Amino acid sequence: MVCGNMAGLELLSDQGYRLDGRKASELRKVQARMGVFAQADGSAYLEQGNTKALAVVYGPHEIRGSRSWIRHDRAVINCQYSMATFSTAERKRRPHGDRKSTEMSLHLKQTFEAAVMTQLYPRSQIDIYVKILQSDGGNYSVCVNAATLAVIDAGIPMRDYVCACSVGFVDETPLADLCYAEESGGVSSLALALLPRGGQIALLQMDARLHQDHLDALIEAAMTACKGVGKVLDEVVRLHLKEVSVLTGE
Amino acid sequence: MAADMRLPTIQKPVSLSVSAFDRKDLVVPGDVITSDTGFMRGHGTYVDDDKLTASVAGEVQRVDKLICVRPLKTRFNGEVGDVVVGRVTEVQQKRWKVETNSRLDSILLLSSVNLPGGELRRRSAEDELTMREYLQEGDLISAEVQSVFSDGALSMHTRSLKYGKLGQGVLVQLSPSLIKRQKTHFHNLPCGASIILGNNGFVWLYPTPEQQEEEAGGFYTNLEPVGLSDREVISRLRNCLLALAAHKVLLYDTSVLYCYESSVHHQVKDILKPEVMEEIVMLTQQKLLEQEG
Repeated sequence: MVCGNMAGLELLSDQGYRLDGRKASELRKVQARMGVFAQADGSAYLEQGNTKALAVVYGPHEIRGSRSWIRHDRAVINCQYSMATFSTAERKRRPHGDRKSTEMSLHLKQTFEAAVMTQLYPRSQIDIYVKILQSDGGNYSVCVNAATLAVIDAGIPMRDYVCACSVGFVDETPLADLCYAEESGGVSSLALALLPRGGQIALLQMDARLHQDHLDALIEAAMTACKGVGKVLDEVVRLHLKEVSVLTGE
Repeated sequence: MAADMRLPTIQKPVSLSVSAFDRKDLVVPGDVITSDTGFMRGHGTYVDDDKLTASVAGEVQRVDKLICVRPLKTRFNGEVGDVVVGRVTEVQQKRWKVETNSRLDSILLLSSVNLPGGELRRRSAEDELTMREYLQEGDLISAEVQSVFSDGALSMHTRSLKYGKLGQGVLVQLSPSLIKRQKTHFHNLPCGASIILGNNGFVWLYPTPEQQEEEAGGFYTNLEPVGLSDREVISRLRNCLLALAAHKVLLYDTSVLYCYESSVHHQVKDILKPEVMEEIVMLTQQKLLEQEG
């Protein structure tokens, strides 16, 4: 298999177009719906290009399981990330708690601890379950965006939206919102979760090599991309709010 | 047996009237409500840089200087005097933990239940040991909120014969905001069943008891088989409740009864079909409007 941007696969054409025809800073199409389940406290479905995720929130509720988890000054956030067997090109059974999904769950937990006002609910627990139904790159960001909508749907107080986006660096140009082909093309990429209004960073993750001089430009591009995602999420929430308040006739 | 199967249909977008777009009182997390420092911060808001900011998505409510944001959907916020239906999750020393759709499990103290033997009975150490005989894990109870602790947990009591353990019936779990607050939440409906509309969104449907059991202290459960006709009425009521909830109609005795009356032309199992549901709820709303005059 030909891999890497130095070998054949041209991630950014001379005309400035990417593999799927997007411009360097262009996001994939985001579509989302809130309140998809009646039983859960909050739920949301989000598509970002071909990556699709389902997020469900339960809580705040009494701590289930070990009493040692109880925090007397704030709520505990419990995240669980999973991928459907059919989410990738190769069908694969994905056991619960493998290393990759445990790491992802931890990252999600850290992201939401930065945004949710946990101090309002002492001694309780908030569960966030996210499932990837179809994976085409940017799994972390799509999960964060879906979970944000689900948390808002559950009526849990947050400082701000959390929007996430991945950014790659090719030919001195930052590429926003990588798809799977780009991600696996050996690009050094970075995932950023941002509280857009204040510009605070909830999580920054990079596990590739990159020259220090490029980092600022990359983070800048990631922040712009996150703010773009934030605008879309904002529209979704506002529309949902209006629809529901029309139904309840208030 | 023929099963009713259908293809997924595209949800019709709710037609938003112009007035809905003009609403200024709907906010989302992070929206600045006011930068005037003269206001007090209520639920659903926080202060950031001297600006009052919303932390939940919902509508802004102002009472004098106090600004709150009420989210569209939350867990049950109990108040003293609320009638609740809940499920016992834990038996501890001198108290039961009860799941009531609240943020924390509610507490039912041994000293706030009526034990068999009259109201003035002293509680001994033996009672503590036999707590599980009265209520055990998984039992459903109805109770009233007695007080709210500082962390938001509820303390309940069952010191009335109308509260206590629930026997045979059907539990329907709905959103707490759909229950209309009323003088009484216990109703014997004329259609032959009784209903407890818990303020916490848990609704209990049960056959109307023939005579009021006395001296049972609320722990007696009748395990006689329930007749087919009663079960049918209860199932119909359950489906009616779900239909009303799906269309966000406030639940109280009249609305439930009207919905039941509108549904009698349909079979019980058909009530949950979207088109039947819509028809029944429309009829109900019409009747409610007529009644209001």
